[in-house]
Amino acid sequence: MSDPSSASIVTTPPSTMPTEAGSGAPVDAGLPENARREKPRGLLGDAWRDLRRKPLFWISAAFILVFVVMAAFPWLFTGGDAVNGSLSNSQVKPSGDAWFGYDVQGRDVYARVIYGARASILVALVSTIGTLLIGGTIGMIAGYRGGWVDALLSRFADIFFGLPFVLGAIVILTTFNGADSNNNEWQIMGLVVMSLVVLSWPVVMRLMRSSVLATKEADYIVAARALGAGTGRIILKHLLPNCLAPLLVYGTILVGSFIGAEATLSFLGIGLKSPVVSWGIMISEAQNYIRISPFLLFFPAAFLVTAVLSFVMLGEAVREALDPKLR
Amino acid sequence: MSDILVTEQSKPGADGSGRPSGRLLEVEDLRVEFRTRDGVAKVINGVTYHVDAGETLAVLGESGSGKSVTAQTIMGILDTPPGFVTGGQVRFHGKDMLAMSAEERRRIRGEGIAMVFQDALSALNPVFTVGFQIAEQFRVRRGLSRADAKKRAIEMLDQVKIPNAKGRFSNYPHQFSGGMRQRAMIAMSLALDPEVLIADEPTTALDVTVQAQIMDLLAEMQRERQMGLILITHDLGVVADVADRIAVMYAGRIVEEANVYDLYAKPAHPYTIGLIDSIPRMDEKGQQLRTIKGLPPNLMNIPPGCPFNPRCPMAQPVCREKVPPLLQVGVSRASACHFAEELVNRD
Amino acid sequence: MTENILEVRDLVKHYPVTRGVVFKKTIGHVKAVDGVSMELRSGETLGVVGESGCGKSTLARVLMNLERPTAGSVLYKGQDISKLSGGALRRLRRQIQLVMQDPYTSLNPRMTVGDLIGEPFEIHPDVAPRGSRRQKVKELLDLVGLNPEHINRYPHQFSGGQRQRIGIARALALRPEIIICDEPVSALDVSIQAQVMNLLEKLQDEFGLSYVFIAHDLSVVRHLSDRVAVMYLGKIVEIGTEDEIYERPTHPYTQALLSAVPVPDPTLRDQKAIIRLTGDVPSPVSPPSGCRFRTRCWKAQDVCAEQVPLLEIRSGSDHPSACHFAEKREIVATHEA
Repeated sequence: MSDPSSASIVTTPPSTMPTEAGSGAPVDAGLPENARREKPRGLLGDAWRDLRRKPLFWISAAFILVFVVMAAFPWLFTGGDAVNGSLSNSQVKPSGDAWFGYDVQGRDVYARVIYGARASILVALVSTIGTLLIGGTIGMIAGYRGGWVDALLSRFADIFFGLPFVLGAIVILTTFNGADSNNNEWQIMGLVVMSLVVLSWPVVMRLMRSSVLATKEADYIVAARALGAGTGRIILKHLLPNCLAPLLVYGTILVGSFIGAEATLSFLGIGLKSPVVSWGIMISEAQNYIRISPFLLFFPAAFLVTAVLSFVMLGEAVREALDPKLR
Repeated sequence: MSDILVTEQSKPGADGSGRPSGRLLEVEDLRVEFRTRDGVAKVINGVTYHVDAGETLAVLGESGSGKSVTAQTIMGILDTPPGFVTGGQVRFHGKDMLAMSAEERRRIRGEGIAMVFQDALSALNPVFTVGFQIAEQFRVRRGLSRADAKKRAIEMLDQVKIPNAKGRFSNYPHQFSGGMRQRAMIAMSLALDPEVLIADEPTTALDVTVQAQIMDLLAEMQRERQMGLILITHDLGVVADVADRIAVMYAGRIVEEANVYDLYAKPAHPYTIGLIDSIPRMDEKGQQLRTIKGLPPNLMNIPPGCPFNPRCPMAQPVCREKVPPLLQVGVSRASACHFAEELVNRD
Repeated sequence: MTENILEVRDLVKHYPVTRGVVFKKTIGHVKAVDGVSMELRSGETLGVVGESGCGKSTLARVLMNLERPTAGSVLYKGQDISKLSGGALRRLRRQIQLVMQDPYTSLNPRMTVGDLIGEPFEIHPDVAPRGSRRQKVKELLDLVGLNPEHINRYPHQFSGGQRQRIGIARALALRPEIIICDEPVSALDVSIQAQVMNLLEKLQDEFGLSYVFIAHDLSVVRHLSDRVAVMYLGKIVEIGTEDEIYERPTHPYTQALLSAVPVPDPTLRDQKAIIRLTGDVPSPVSPPSGCRFRTRCWKAQDVCAEQVPLLEIRSGSDHPSACHFAEKREIVATHEA
């Protein structure tokens, strides 16, 4: 592991430390040249160095990059029309002309899958980030402060936790996004994101809270307090890095399940609606024709699974990189 | 003296010092490695020792020396993976346990060889009462009725001097204090009257005053039952009080074996010398403690030659080249040092 | 002459035992520290020994101002530090530092050694200008006998003894006057323990540090301490110089404790008269009335249940002892042959 003789007292040369406290004259003597030039490193820097060596990271990052570009600039990938089709093409199988075939209404499935990425990925990512931020913050406050603050926040979270997911989403979305409302695409997305966040944050909050409770009593937190560290430093430098791992893992799973949840809500007719395109809408439409035209389900589902898997793998790689013990 | 050096590897302690003969438990050239994702750690590299009936063998070593892993291998509770036995034998009454079927080994456990763990709180199941856990052994292994088993369990608790054994029978482990829990643990391991008891750091988690009580109890139980006792510890003080023979382990090897008086009077291995010198002594207050420099080796990368050579004040070129075998030096003692003779013959 | 750098006066720390989640009800108090008075002189090492649950770790936390005392005061150079807060408290932290027991849990696993030892400078930026910090960290590493080039490693890449050195370097960074050592070597192997003890001694000589050295190992405490306080169930039962406590103990508990220490010399096996204490330490929630040790004491009389023995010098003794029947007794076990 390390040079055994380095730990011996016998080999310690006489100290060169200045005896006056506060007189910060740098003493370079006795140190090898390269030791002085070596750049200081921190957790994030080391995590990045570690990530760069992982093929898993590069593969998943490449996929995610493709999906993100797809969501931002779908016209780079296809010249087809995702919204309008010709009924004469209804349920035509994949061919050289239309790689993924045509759906019931004769729209190009390839174009729709590309254009569908935006809604699906945007909703899932924004909801995940929102859930992690809100749940994480409240969980941190509850766990760190403890006492009545914790009791109050925990009971508050329990209320939301008690709401059944689908029922809760139906209530929220039918209230704000009923059949007679004429919200535009972005407003609907915002509403969907809001309902997902509102119904999911308690899980993250509990994760964070229990992780903070376990870490808060750790000796190194006591040691930091003994040094005079303030609340901000303890939370940012000591608690957060050590409590983040379970959240990251859960976050990657959330991305996947939110893509699915968005699809569910679309299917129920309370989420995104045609003519907006999303993988969820496509999957729910394809269900009725699964026997006759399985490709209608296959392509959006394949994109969805690939996207979810990429996020899960990325999360795993990041979690490993952030834990020095696994390096 | 030098002709003894060239004798082949001999079994130390085989001098028949008046104890009941017939090897009860023998470990011979045991090798264990841990295969992890970081590499292979050679945890035990040819350990040979034995214990006879009515004898206390202390296995002394620091963390990572392999003393506990040896015990786990004897008991057959080594975690596999990552631990793998790669060679050697563990003979109980002359039969190699490593070659036995799982069922045969299970039968020896408890009745033949039993173990006391360091942390009684985690070794006892928290959801059952202490009494139940002892009585269960009598019911399962001895086929006693519920009432008889309870009676025997209370007897056992009484034997280990737990006050009000009857009342304590239905208490849960967490209701016991540390010392009482260790007593209950001892009662449990002695329930089936084993021939060998392995005590793995039995008092490390306890306070000094309680430690003395527990060591007394162990010694008394051993005398009464004429058990072979293997006491695994890092505490040179405890060893001096109770052991007959001592085997000192370092980096998965026995580096010295001797009877307790010889070992403290004139250690024959530099590591043992260093250990004994490292203990803070009452008569040298204020002076620097003599230390062993450096750190124990990384078991994935044990230095060539003698594993102790990087830390040894006596190290010579030969120590970096040849692994010193555990050879007999003088009467009933052995040392794995190229310069053992000189150490024994020093003034 | 030797001034008192730290004075503890009638220190009490009780923890409430509560039941219920939302509506908490206090059903009792753990009397962890219950009336402790002592002083630490400049440049000396005060050993505090006692078994688990005697309150010595709580004492460390109160001395470090990590917990507020229930009653009593801790005076640093005459100033009551238990009432400080904010900036004043932070300034005080520069003078009193802590070395903790477990080197495996007391270092943040996600910080490099450089960050760990540099953290004191970030918290107290006026101690060292930003540019010189890295250099200071390396000097500290060198000072505690670690390789300065290992500055970018993580704690798990070090062994227990090396980690404890990192902890010591961290405590030393601000150049404190007092270091509270809470069982600093009890998690270490014998050979490593000796290295760390030597290091602590070397640093004390070099920087004129004062130590409060808390441990359960009596020989370790004796090796390092000038004076020793023996604690039992939240109270000091005997206090005196190292010589007074180890050679002429007068409290039955001290005597029993000393006699129970295993001596690494098999030839003394049969000469030792171990005082066998029966039973375990009572619960600190409801300690025995009068003298707290009376339930395990062979000298206990009626008066012991009625009157709390004061920690004072009694006739025939040269140092304070809290026993109604304090008297000397030969303890063979502590002497080297």
